[in-house]
Amino acid sequence: MEQQLRERLAKKDILLMTHIVLGYPSFDVNREVIEQMVANGVDCIEMQIPFSEPMADGPVILKANQDALANGTRVADCFSFAEEIIRQHNIPFLFMTYYNIIFKYGEEAFFKRAADIGMKGFIIPDLPPEMGETFLALADKYNIAPILIFAPTSTDNRMQELATHGRGFIYCVARRGVTGKKSEFGDDFAEYLERCRASTTLPLAVGFGIQSKEDIDALRGKADMAVIGSRTIKLVESEGAEAVGPFIAGLR
Amino acid sequence: MDANGFYGQWGGAYIPEVLYQTFQDLKAEYSRCRRDPAFWEEYLELMSTYSCRPTPLTYAENLTRHFGGAQIYIKREDLNHTGAHKANNVMGQGLLVKRMGKKRVIAETGAGQHGMATATMAAKFGLDCTIYMGEEDVLRQRPNVFWMEKMGATVVPVKDGSRTLKDAINEAFRDWVTNVDDTHYVFGTACGPAPFPEMVAWFQSIIGIEAAGQIVKYHGKMPAKVYACVGGGSNAMGIFKRFLDDKEDIELVGVEAGGHGADSGAHAIRLSSPDATPGVAQGYKTMFLQDDDGQMNQTHSVAAGLDYVGVSPILTSLWEDKRVRFESATDDEVMQALDLTMKTEGIIPALESAHAFAGAFREVGDLSTDDAIIINQSGRGDKDIFTIAHAFEDPSWEKFIIDRGKEYSKKYSG
Repeated sequence: MEQQLRERLAKKDILLMTHIVLGYPSFDVNREVIEQMVANGVDCIEMQIPFSEPMADGPVILKANQDALANGTRVADCFSFAEEIIRQHNIPFLFMTYYNIIFKYGEEAFFKRAADIGMKGFIIPDLPPEMGETFLALADKYNIAPILIFAPTSTDNRMQELATHGRGFIYCVARRGVTGKKSEFGDDFAEYLERCRASTTLPLAVGFGIQSKEDIDALRGKADMAVIGSRTIKLVESEGAEAVGPFIAGLR
Repeated sequence: MDANGFYGQWGGAYIPEVLYQTFQDLKAEYSRCRRDPAFWEEYLELMSTYSCRPTPLTYAENLTRHFGGAQIYIKREDLNHTGAHKANNVMGQGLLVKRMGKKRVIAETGAGQHGMATATMAAKFGLDCTIYMGEEDVLRQRPNVFWMEKMGATVVPVKDGSRTLKDAINEAFRDWVTNVDDTHYVFGTACGPAPFPEMVAWFQSIIGIEAAGQIVKYHGKMPAKVYACVGGGSNAMGIFKRFLDDKEDIELVGVEAGGHGADSGAHAIRLSSPDATPGVAQGYKTMFLQDDDGQMNQTHSVAAGLDYVGVSPILTSLWEDKRVRFESATDDEVMQALDLTMKTEGIIPALESAHAFAGAFREVGDLSTDDAIIINQSGRGDKDIFTIAHAFEDPSWEKFIIDRGKEYSKKYSG
């Protein structure tokens, strides 16, 4: 995973990762949105398997999770869809979800199935490494990158500890809070990113509240990858899947 | 509890990274308080002057005669300030918040008792206070919302998910990750990420410590059995803890919400039915009512405070070790137990607590008259008059509401 990102970084000054909630508003729309994202140069996509208790998500993604479940989205459907998508598109894909989805599926069975379909990494916001001993061992065994998370409240020591468990890249949460609200990229933020950089040799992705070209420009030279989450979900809600392509194209 | 917050395989702290440091600080402060005898002294002093501790242990002479078995004693947590055992935990955490120097508290609430207690504590200690409450529960428990607001708290109705307790917990966590620097989350029950289960059980353990002394004084020996209702499990852990430590063979019985019945799918039985399975949500691992994919199910109980998908990891561990026996009582059984307790003893248990009464009534007649049982009356029911009168479908009450409604309608249309 890290290697794939490094190759892309050789050609671009900042990479883009986008986020979709599987089954919201439907797998058909997911398929269309992903096509537009890939065609417009997105480097990496995290596909969220919906969960009924998405503790770390703000109102937009929370609602998307609930609606996806209300539409009858099952974990098995998410795997089938991901399998199809990974076969069609030549960029790395990750699963983002909460730990219970993996735990309930059976941890090893989940890793095995994900590895079989070519999934590259997992982002699990409610699984700190001290709770994830078996998870991290399985990630190693099945060569799936466990994406660890840094927060502005993480101390330098904590970041260094997290980095020892991380693979692929580190997901740096831009601010306190949940997904979807605007972030400010001032002096505190620059200092935070410097601390992140000093703690790891892995590429740094920055997410939470990144909504525009200006936000991404502010990250150029400081981070390796910008993460767009709630913004494209809102865009699909208001203007439809076809609006995603031009939006992504306008970010660079 | 082990170093990572587990009881056997249950518990832990499955928290987002942004809360990691706050949990480190909380664990450190809690540990300092546990080691400091002056802290517990301060706590006892507060509870005896601001609340009603020690609460009485009432001998239920008429109920005892009615069933003709063991002597029935009732631990009166309903006589706490704000009318429930919730005050024990909240005032303890309030003292902790003062030590940590935080200026704002947040809490989730189901029945409204924990929200009430937290709003009270915040008013007394001069803290800002926001309470998250499922929209469904706001509708069911309007009087508690009224009092919380009167005490200066902001009550936020949560409109996501099932709009009940678990959704209020998620929303409180979302607030906490946003305002982590100045805010403490006063978790209301012995659930959630470590150290909350242990910390809440510790503050609640005052119930059992008192009860053990009282029963020996009145009855001459320890009880044969102790009954408590189990939602999240804080009142149960509170009364059980002291007896767990005892070498005598005291049977501890937790009574869950049977709702419309164990086979109905409309209940909140986590441990005494096969419906729940192991899972990780809301920051901890326990038995959850969930589907095959790990999505949480809808639950039901006549008692909002028991209507919860998970249960204390400490109780799950004790259940697994067969140290605590779990039963359930249906909504109908609970209403009958409540009716009988009011008519024979003039005591009004909360709907939640009435589950413990229903569970005890089923068995007490089979015990020897030489034995005693303790039922934990976790809260008072008179405060929930709207809910209880509604559950009884009392015609004169319904007429009163209709008439009062007409009066208000006239006011707003005129």
